Amino acid sequence: MKRIGIDVGGTNTDAVLLDGKRVVAGVKAPTTADVMSGVIASLQKLKTAAPQALDVSAIMIGTTHFTNAVVERRNLMRVGVIRICLPTCASLEPLCDWPDDLRAAVDPMSFLVAGGTEYDGRDIVPLDEGAIREAAMRIRDAGIRAVAITAVFSPLRNDFELRAKEIVEEICKGIFITCSHEVGRIGLLERENVTVLNACLGRHGFETVRAFKNALWVAGIDAPFYLTQNDGTVLQADTAARFPVFSFASGPTNSMRGAAFLSGIEDGVVCDVGGTTSDIGYLVKGFPREANSVVKIGGVRTLFRMPDLVSLGIGGGSLIAKKGPKVGPESVGFRLPQSALVFGGNTLTMTDIGVAAGMMDIGDRSLVSHLDRTLVQAVLKSVKERLEDAVDQMKTSPEDVELIAVGGGAPLIPEIMEGVSRVVHCEHGGVANAVGAASAMISGEVDQIASGVDRDKALADAEELARLRAIEGGADETTLTIVDIEDVPIAYLPGNARRVRVRVVGEIAGWQPQTDAAE
Amino acid sequence: MRQFLESEIEPLAIGAWVLGTGGGGSPYHGFLNLKKLYREGRTVQLISPEELADDANVAVVSSMGAPMVGLERLTDPEILVEAVRMMEEYRGVKFDAIMSVEIGGGNAIQPFLAAALMGLPVVDADAMGRAFPEAQMTSFAIADLPMFPLTLADVRDNAVVVARAASWKWMERISRKVCVEVGSVAATCKAPRTGREVKDFGIHGTVTQAVAIGNAVQRAQREHRDPVQAILEQEDGKLVFVGRVWDVERRTTEGFLRGKTLIDGLGDYHDQQILINFQNEYTLVSRNGEPLVTTPDLICVLDTVSGEAIGTETLRYGQRVTVIAMRAAPILTTPKGLEHVGPRAFGHDVNFKSVFQS
Repeated sequence: MKRIGIDVGGTNTDAVLLDGKRVVAGVKAPTTADVMSGVIASLQKLKTAAPQALDVSAIMIGTTHFTNAVVERRNLMRVGVIRICLPTCASLEPLCDWPDDLRAAVDPMSFLVAGGTEYDGRDIVPLDEGAIREAAMRIRDAGIRAVAITAVFSPLRNDFELRAKEIVEEICKGIFITCSHEVGRIGLLERENVTVLNACLGRHGFETVRAFKNALWVAGIDAPFYLTQNDGTVLQADTAARFPVFSFASGPTNSMRGAAFLSGIEDGVVCDVGGTTSDIGYLVKGFPREANSVVKIGGVRTLFRMPDLVSLGIGGGSLIAKKGPKVGPESVGFRLPQSALVFGGNTLTMTDIGVAAGMMDIGDRSLVSHLDRTLVQAVLKSVKERLEDAVDQMKTSPEDVELIAVGGGAPLIPEIMEGVSRVVHCEHGGVANAVGAASAMISGEVDQIASGVDRDKALADAEELARLRAIEGGADETTLTIVDIEDVPIAYLPGNARRVRVRVVGEIAGWQPQTDAAE
Repeated sequence: MRQFLESEIEPLAIGAWVLGTGGGGSPYHGFLNLKKLYREGRTVQLISPEELADDANVAVVSSMGAPMVGLERLTDPEILVEAVRMMEEYRGVKFDAIMSVEIGGGNAIQPFLAAALMGLPVVDADAMGRAFPEAQMTSFAIADLPMFPLTLADVRDNAVVVARAASWKWMERISRKVCVEVGSVAATCKAPRTGREVKDFGIHGTVTQAVAIGNAVQRAQREHRDPVQAILEQEDGKLVFVGRVWDVERRTTEGFLRGKTLIDGLGDYHDQQILINFQNEYTLVSRNGEPLVTTPDLICVLDTVSGEAIGTETLRYGQRVTVIAMRAAPILTTPKGLEHVGPRAFGHDVNFKSVFQS
């Protein structure tokens, strides 16, 4: 079973061809401003390296596109925001805790409408359908093409949101609607935030998926195509287009999953050195450890489960101050092949330091032979100390840990580090994120209300069903693991009722067969 | 009396959440509301209990309900004012100041919201020094002060006065029933207190204490020091356990979030596990069936890295947490105090022994 994984990063677009567990080829092409020509270029390079790349059964693309759009406040649609909550929740208006510039970019037209559910499933008050209609008409008249609908306690009962969606669709034909129960959990403001983020990315989601499709078509590749998600699983591209928020953290997830895949190490630190940053995360049983706290995207509070990362402004393209050992956070980014000294440019970058020190062998080494050795040593020392500090922050015990070095700038990681038992470099580590995308998993999810049974039975039933769904989706039964299990009691309903959510993931069936021998 | 500064709002929220010992509801929404009121030009004066006249009328304001509900059904400041006005009308008095019944969690900020809208000062005191789930678990109840009347306001123009109650427990039962009926969240104005009562039986300086904890956390975060350590130093607290959340079981009964969580040890605590019981707040830490920390000592579960408090409703599998203990206010650990807030008050058949007694 052959698969292509592509990772579109800020600096490089990486592509790999996996055959079973074997990496057949991995290539890098510079990310282009239009993104798509970079994808096409990487696929063409991949075809040159491995002609059988045309004949694959799936293509997985990981992209930081949507996160970047939010962070850079680009490509965002104006959003009509409907909160079904009155007479409660009136003082804190939608987007009240967003950064001012992002709120201005989304320019919400907000409506608070009577309705919503109590914690126990009763109505707070009946839904004010007239107010929804009125809101929809004003949204239509303002030319707004995206709507976010959030009702109080919709993760318990979603019918208010579904009815509101129906009404809005009737009045605003073809409008892009996100309902909060589809994207979030208990926590009104945070769920609403995610709903609005998803809505404002609606057009960008569709355009991106269409552009990826075109790129694949131009490259002559015809296979089902998926986008990777925050949790290391994939969604079919057309579905993924409707939920850009689900791929927000797929970049770091992919590189960490790729590191585990390539090294065979399931527990340890991963350091992914890219063009602009080094992301340091922690693998637990092959999955990224999740951050505990509320996760902010572009300054917006969300309840996403995201990999717990420390991000340092150290990358291959990081600028080096002429005088001192200061590295980054500014970077030449995707202009590295033109700007770095070793490539004949005139900007001193971290890559130049690496080449001068003999850690990397790219470009023309003679172009950095004039660099002051004291400066080179001072820069390397400062980088080493910052990395050691970050690794220490991620550790949960004082024992030394293994560190898997991945990313294009992996050679910049020193071989000997305080607190690290061994620095592991792997073949194809430079394209670990694309490997992570290609090896993404299939998930099965259950979200249901159980009653008349105790908690253990409710959880066990849900788990069994989730497993069944994952297997039906093509997952290998023996590799299924629970990644998410949650239950919320619903006191008002009889019979010890609780809402149970279970999510399991597993590798694609037929994934570890014969081809293993090739390793 | 001094002005409560806008720059103290966030530290108050952080500190109150730590003092919430897992419950009391997140102060985040109160924080946003108070920020908003300050931006609109309203401010609040902070008055120390000693400055109150003996016959001053003090309103005791709180938002009542289950913490999880508070995450969805946000409390608007006006509804708190509603409860206070009801009490003024019912009693035929004008209040001179407002105080919090519990400094732990969201109720640290609720009095500020009502105070900002009504132009009244907030007293630097509360009646728990932390958070507790029930009305009889206050210093005022321990001191056997009268528990009625109580006013309760709901967003739907339902308003209830509990004119009399036979005991603090009856007051709790009756008001809780009403609260659950209106959706497990309501604004309440508890039995008004005189300045003298607040001086004698309030737990003093707790607003200042919460702000100091918040400042310590923020300073540590800014200086890249360990925020958990900063809290331990600020409060002279005790480190109990470091680990990760292994299992969480919750059930909502009678308007409370009850349950337990299992924490699996990391680092120095490798190969150990502790169990923490909760009823809105963390009530008991035990290891192999042996109690380690019991209420009313404060049991705080903090994010190991950020030092941020983790509530009983946001605990989840895999979180890395540090459990610390802090001292209870002296009135809570008297024999009478323990009847109200000791481990047996939460159904744990163990005696209270402070972790601070060696």
